[in-house]
Amino acid sequence: MKIITGFMPPSSGSVSIAGFDVVSESLQARKMIGYLPETVPLYTDMVVKEYLYFMGKIRGMDNSKINKRIDDVIELCGLQMYRDSIIGKLSKGYRQRLGISQAILHEPEILVLDEPTIGIDPIQVVETRDLIKSLKGNHTLMVSTHILPEASAICDRVIIIHEGEIVAIDSPDQLGNRLRGGAVIELDIRGPRKQVVKALQNLDGVRNVMRVTGENDGTATYSIDTDQSIDVSPKLAKLIVDSGWELKKLETLSMTLEEIFLKLTTTESTEN
Amino acid sequence: MRNTFYIAWRETRAYFLTPTAYIVGAMFLVLTGIFFVFQITSTRPEASVRSIIEWATFFMVFFAPLITMRLLAEEQKLGTLELLLTSPVSDWQVALGKYIASIIILYVTIFLTLYYVLLLYIFGSPDLGPVLTGYLGLLLYSAACGAIGLAASSLTSNQLIAAVVGVAILLTLSFADSVGYTLSGVVKTILMWVCMDAHLNDFIKGVFDFSHIIYYFSVIALFLFVTIMSLQSRRWR
Repeated sequence: MKIITGFMPPSSGSVSIAGFDVVSESLQARKMIGYLPETVPLYTDMVVKEYLYFMGKIRGMDNSKINKRIDDVIELCGLQMYRDSIIGKLSKGYRQRLGISQAILHEPEILVLDEPTIGIDPIQVVETRDLIKSLKGNHTLMVSTHILPEASAICDRVIIIHEGEIVAIDSPDQLGNRLRGGAVIELDIRGPRKQVVKALQNLDGVRNVMRVTGENDGTATYSIDTDQSIDVSPKLAKLIVDSGWELKKLETLSMTLEEIFLKLTTTESTEN
Repeated sequence: MRNTFYIAWRETRAYFLTPTAYIVGAMFLVLTGIFFVFQITSTRPEASVRSIIEWATFFMVFFAPLITMRLLAEEQKLGTLELLLTSPVSDWQVALGKYIASIIILYVTIFLTLYYVLLLYIFGSPDLGPVLTGYLGLLLYSAACGAIGLAASSLTSNQLIAAVVGVAILLTLSFADSVGYTLSGVVKTILMWVCMDAHLNDFIKGVFDFSHIIYYFSVIALFLFVTIMSLQSRRWR
């Protein structure tokens, strides 16, 4: 991210922002970007309004435009109460908002946020995420995070980088499906366990019964791995009802990003 | 140029809003004041700015780095430098803006020492020529100190280290002539030439020599260049 924003040089390869190379045409490229570094960079001795004015000015905005934009971003980020406060006295959450507001102030095409929800309380995390989501559509957003639920909550596309290598690029849902090559279905069935397992395994589209938990002859939970190409849920339901067992629950599980991440970064790297 | 102005504006404001500049500035005025009093109450008082300029430049060696130490060191510590360097602002604009802010503070403090000169004029009649050239020398000397302090501040994120490095460079440059006197030949010539104090003597005597002005401007240019290089070095490798 420091390379994209022109703070550090790439050791190899190149980055161009809207056609401007970040090294040779750094100033033009930098104009397109709004950046929130991981350590929210604020001049603690300044007043919120002044800080935004300064940031606008050094990005070359006009006076008339700047004042309007300051009002806009202050409202957008919910900083109305703190317009005239000294930044050093703001809480971490509000500093984060101020950090985001300086990044969007000049309406950049590309917004780079480095770990925007680190170190703030859970309510503020939710608010910050909502704020980030509300920016979708106006900017191309790039967010780095170690919090995987966050990535699945706010991102349309996830890139997983492990030890400097891109291991996956896809939407969070697609990533799960692709990785598994199918979906996991969880069933709660009341019936004789051995027969149920056998019947499930023989069903077309079911690859494997992975796990059975629960009582032997009472209700048990079965997790089955299915082929993605066939939707087996209706067939499963039919099979169970026809056999005279009780179907209590049928749920298609999607893999969480944590699982995907672990799978990608541990199994694949050992296989290679 | 506008970016330079806004950076200088922000920085100057910060100086006026934080206590450091006031405390260090007051200290500078107290010390120069004490030595001014010593001189005029001595057995052979002199109606000239000689002692003011000499002591002011001596304390400037400590004063300027204390003023400039925060300029870039603090930005590195707060992480705001990352924001500044990723804004569409070039490195020289950052360096120059900060330099101008520090010069404003140094010159405001020097302006306050004119009070001593005023006293000299009330109780005596010093020649105007040496007063003017003396102050010109002091302004140039201080500007050079500021540039060196700024360069020191660009090298580290620790303000204390920045100040110490600045003072060390300045002490070396201002006492180079003392070493030079004990030597001879080319080494002596070089030491005498790089010495910041040696170039001041003519100004104090009332002699206006263009080569000294060029010397101070060269020092300023050199250390501003070092600052810009130091900022740019982040983008090397």
